Amino acid sequence: MSIYADLILDHYQHPRNNTLLTPGVSKSVDVNNPLCGDKLHMEIIEKDGVMQEIGFTGEGCAISIASASMLSEYAKGKSKAELLDLNAQDVVGLLGIDLTPNRMKCALLGWEALIKLLNN
Amino acid sequence: MNVKKDFPIFEAHPELIYLDSGATSLKPQPVIDAIVEYYSTYSANIHRGLYKISEKASAEYEETRSVVARFINAPSPDEVIFTHGTTESINLVASTLGPERVTEGDEIVTTVMEHHANFVPWQQLAFNTGADFKVIDINDHFELSVVEKSDRRGEGHQLVIDLKRVITNKTKILAITLVSNTLGTINPVKEIIAEAKKINPRIITVVDAAQAAPHNVIDVQDLECDFLAFSGHKMLGPTGVGVLWGRKQLLDSMPPYQFGGDMINEVSLEKTTYAKTPHKFEAGTPHIAGVIGLKAAITYLQQIGLDKIRNHEKELTMYAGRWLNDELSDAITFYGPRHIEFMAGIITFTMKGIHPHDIAQILDEQHIAVRAGHHCAMPLHTQLDIPASTRASFYLYNSEEDVEKLVEGLKKVKKTFS
Repeated sequence: MSIYADLILDHYQHPRNNTLLTPGVSKSVDVNNPLCGDKLHMEIIEKDGVMQEIGFTGEGCAISIASASMLSEYAKGKSKAELLDLNAQDVVGLLGIDLTPNRMKCALLGWEALIKLLNN
Repeated sequence: MNVKKDFPIFEAHPELIYLDSGATSLKPQPVIDAIVEYYSTYSANIHRGLYKISEKASAEYEETRSVVARFINAPSPDEVIFTHGTTESINLVASTLGPERVTEGDEIVTTVMEHHANFVPWQQLAFNTGADFKVIDINDHFELSVVEKSDRRGEGHQLVIDLKRVITNKTKILAITLVSNTLGTINPVKEIIAEAKKINPRIITVVDAAQAAPHNVIDVQDLECDFLAFSGHKMLGPTGVGVLWGRKQLLDSMPPYQFGGDMINEVSLEKTTYAKTPHKFEAGTPHIAGVIGLKAAITYLQQIGLDKIRNHEKELTMYAGRWLNDELSDAITFYGPRHIEFMAGIITFTMKGIHPHDIAQILDEQHIAVRAGHHCAMPLHTQLDIPASTRASFYLYNSEEDVEKLVEGLKKVKKTFS
């Protein structure tokens, strides 16, 4: 079975929350995976422990972009505690496909950015 | 060329289209047999046992030295050192000869198309000694910028090498690859070395032959280089074994690389004297089975003939170039020379809007193995202004059918993302 399911391709070609937020209000972080050359810039606005807004830009493979897109959809409106509670399996679970260890790094790049922002 | 039957991996995976020989080659039965034979019938240590199976192991090991010497036309087997691979071979030179020859204000020259194995050790040596680290760029034809060819159409081309802006009398080391693992460019290393030695006769030249040795006839006396390194596993041999060839006089003048067993002459409480070249550089029990397997690999390659292998790869590369151009020219960008005489059997490309990892993954779903990433050549990818690329590399077991499957596979990639 191909991992390039319609949903993944849709999120890759039309990423959700693929935007920059209001500077000064948001926190931002840059992460990258030098092995594949993937780069993500993520921004969040958090208020009273709740994720108000999230946006990201970047370039990468279908898996990394789709994963960041799906994670951003999931994260909106969730509490900080809830999001910090996510583990790698949960994040891959959002994609709904099986990944080889090599592609896990791609799938988890957006999560890495989110965790950095939440812990910052 | 009908050799697939010699490679048992195709029995285990009859569907496999293996286009990643640039990373490592598949292994023919005689190489596997040689390794199994060592482990099952004479798996003794070398150079020390006074019994028959140890003597046989020593003889096979040392015989490989002679086979390698003839393979690269080295003047003497004593100039052949067994290492773990190209990376260790180059590190050996950089860490032993390097600090003795290079001081602050000197220059080390390499090229932007090097594999990290022939780049990072020299960058590090420059960093540690305070030497200047100079990198030869590439031109629009994906060849070294110091090379000018008056006739790009091939036959009768004139080479002009201009190193005056790069090599000076302060340049202590020139490290250069015979074949780029990413671009597939075959560099005119013989001419470059000759030109470099005109400017500075004392320059030390280190040649990375990892991508060349499996496919091209190598003659170290003709190249007139000082050191040459290659790996066994890219030329049908086992992983974990490689070769460093060096001029005897230089090797004799260099300090040992590692210290311990096998590399000594005599050890006392006060001091140690070292064994002679090449054993001075082979501390500890080496990869005996690997070395013996390498002999089988070279014998196999020579039985088929490197010229025949190179011609086969040329045909496949041209066939692939034509097909890809006909079917996918709107979607694909190629990174490599256009003339087959300057090209190894390597095709590196990107596809618009599709990440190389996604290309490789969709090809894998069709049992086609290619490499995606920066191929251990990050400075080159930075220079090309791409984060990564996809590489298909050919070897003797590939066929026109493999090329056709690749083209079909890439059409599917394009369709998936359309």
